[in-house]
Amino acid sequence: MAPVMLRTEGLAKGFTLHLRGGIRLPVLAGVTLQVHAGECVVLSGPSGSGKSTLMRSLFGNYRAESGRILVRHGGELVDLAAADPRAILAIRHDTLGYVSQFLRVVPRVPALDVVAETLIARGTAIDTALERATDLLLRLNIPHRLHGLPPATFSGGEQQRVNLARGFIAGHPILLLDEPTASLDAGNRTVVVDMIREAKSRGTAIVAICHDTDVRDAIADRLFPLTPLQDAA
Amino acid sequence: MSEATLLSARGLTLRFGAIPALVGVDVDLWPGEMLAVVGESGSGKTTLLNVLSGRLAPDAGAVWYRDPAGRLHDVHTMPAPALRTLHRSDWGFVQQDPKQNLRMNVSAGGNVGERLMAQGARHYGNIRAQALDWLTQVEIDADRIDDLPRTFSGGMLQRLQIARTLVTHPRLVFMDEPTGGLDVSVQARLLDLIRSLVTRIAAVLVTHDIAVARLLAHRIAVMQRGRVVETGLTDQVLDDPQHPYTQLLVSSVLNA
Repeated sequence: MAPVMLRTEGLAKGFTLHLRGGIRLPVLAGVTLQVHAGECVVLSGPSGSGKSTLMRSLFGNYRAESGRILVRHGGELVDLAAADPRAILAIRHDTLGYVSQFLRVVPRVPALDVVAETLIARGTAIDTALERATDLLLRLNIPHRLHGLPPATFSGGEQQRVNLARGFIAGHPILLLDEPTASLDAGNRTVVVDMIREAKSRGTAIVAICHDTDVRDAIADRLFPLTPLQDAA
Repeated sequence: MSEATLLSARGLTLRFGAIPALVGVDVDLWPGEMLAVVGESGSGKTTLLNVLSGRLAPDAGAVWYRDPAGRLHDVHTMPAPALRTLHRSDWGFVQQDPKQNLRMNVSAGGNVGERLMAQGARHYGNIRAQALDWLTQVEIDADRIDDLPRTFSGGMLQRLQIARTLVTHPRLVFMDEPTGGLDVSVQARLLDLIRSLVTRIAAVLVTHDIAVARLLAHRIAVMQRGRVVETGLTDQVLDDPQHPYTQLLVSSVLNA
């Protein structure tokens, strides 16, 4: 039985909007999710059911209100929800990767460096990192002539492919993917599905949000359904 | 938290007459991390920076620095010569106005080399070579090494200040609005430089620009009227702000 890489226990998360008189929006309650090495769990549910909130909580980008988020880091299960900032950064560095839905663009940094940075930060030699970044960008159909350019002027699909390369290159044992194929054409969707399958076969535990049913069927071992805590108006 | 902090402050309080500039402020900074201090004008961020760096004494509270040997020093009770030595070597300070930290009647190379000489360097050839290396790293043309800074643009002056500051390989750098007042393209270049050069160096960065904090800092402290109202992981504080003032600050920022 493959080891549990990620497990939440009674995870709850809501938002208090102080600028709106302190309205409270509960989003997640009692979420218990478990993901094993080599498994891909796709979060399902209608818009507003808390899929992104759950994903961001798993990354430590949102602060959990109660419950635990156990991550297998350095061989042990560590509670991310109770971890201090330095510990969260260490977990993200070594163990937990996240591919957001949109690339956060930084001025002046060429696409190749955006992708290679993660690898260099993990100790890979610069030349090797640049070589692997080049290969991955080419696999995602980003041609050589774009590698030296900052992605600010790229199309949405191109930016997202740079984002995907950046997220996949480091080989984190746990990957969180938010709509990995949303801006992509059919050819590139196939490339990403292959990359996800390869990651799974290497033992990567994956949690994904994916509205495209074909892609979902191709990658998901299991669906994890979420229902909105509040009824739609 | 297995590693000891590099700089810690507890209960910092300071009034300017009737105005409370700092009210019970605690700060921790670990080796190699960048802490951004954000807040609006008058929130106390620059005052905090000045107190942390020993340039301004608080009415109450203390600041401790852990030297490379692991010994703790109270920044405000250490002998003045010792504090000066710290500022010349292990510490650096990047001012918003670079002219305040540069000698305008000394060449660019001289400005960088001076810090080395203050540390005891004597070999002219070596000093000049290091100065040249640093000017290159901050993207100042090598042939400007003998030019006076009065001929430099604002962006160049700021980059020269950074070279002068980093040449002594400080462990801790204080930065006060390093990109303040610069044109956006100049700012982008400077941020890129800071991002690549200030790695594995601990830094306290005061900025009113939340986007700069997000780009550069590991952790962020939000100040309002002399108090730190929220502290934490940068992306968590900015994407999931808990305190009402942080929520206001984050929701007020325009996205280009």
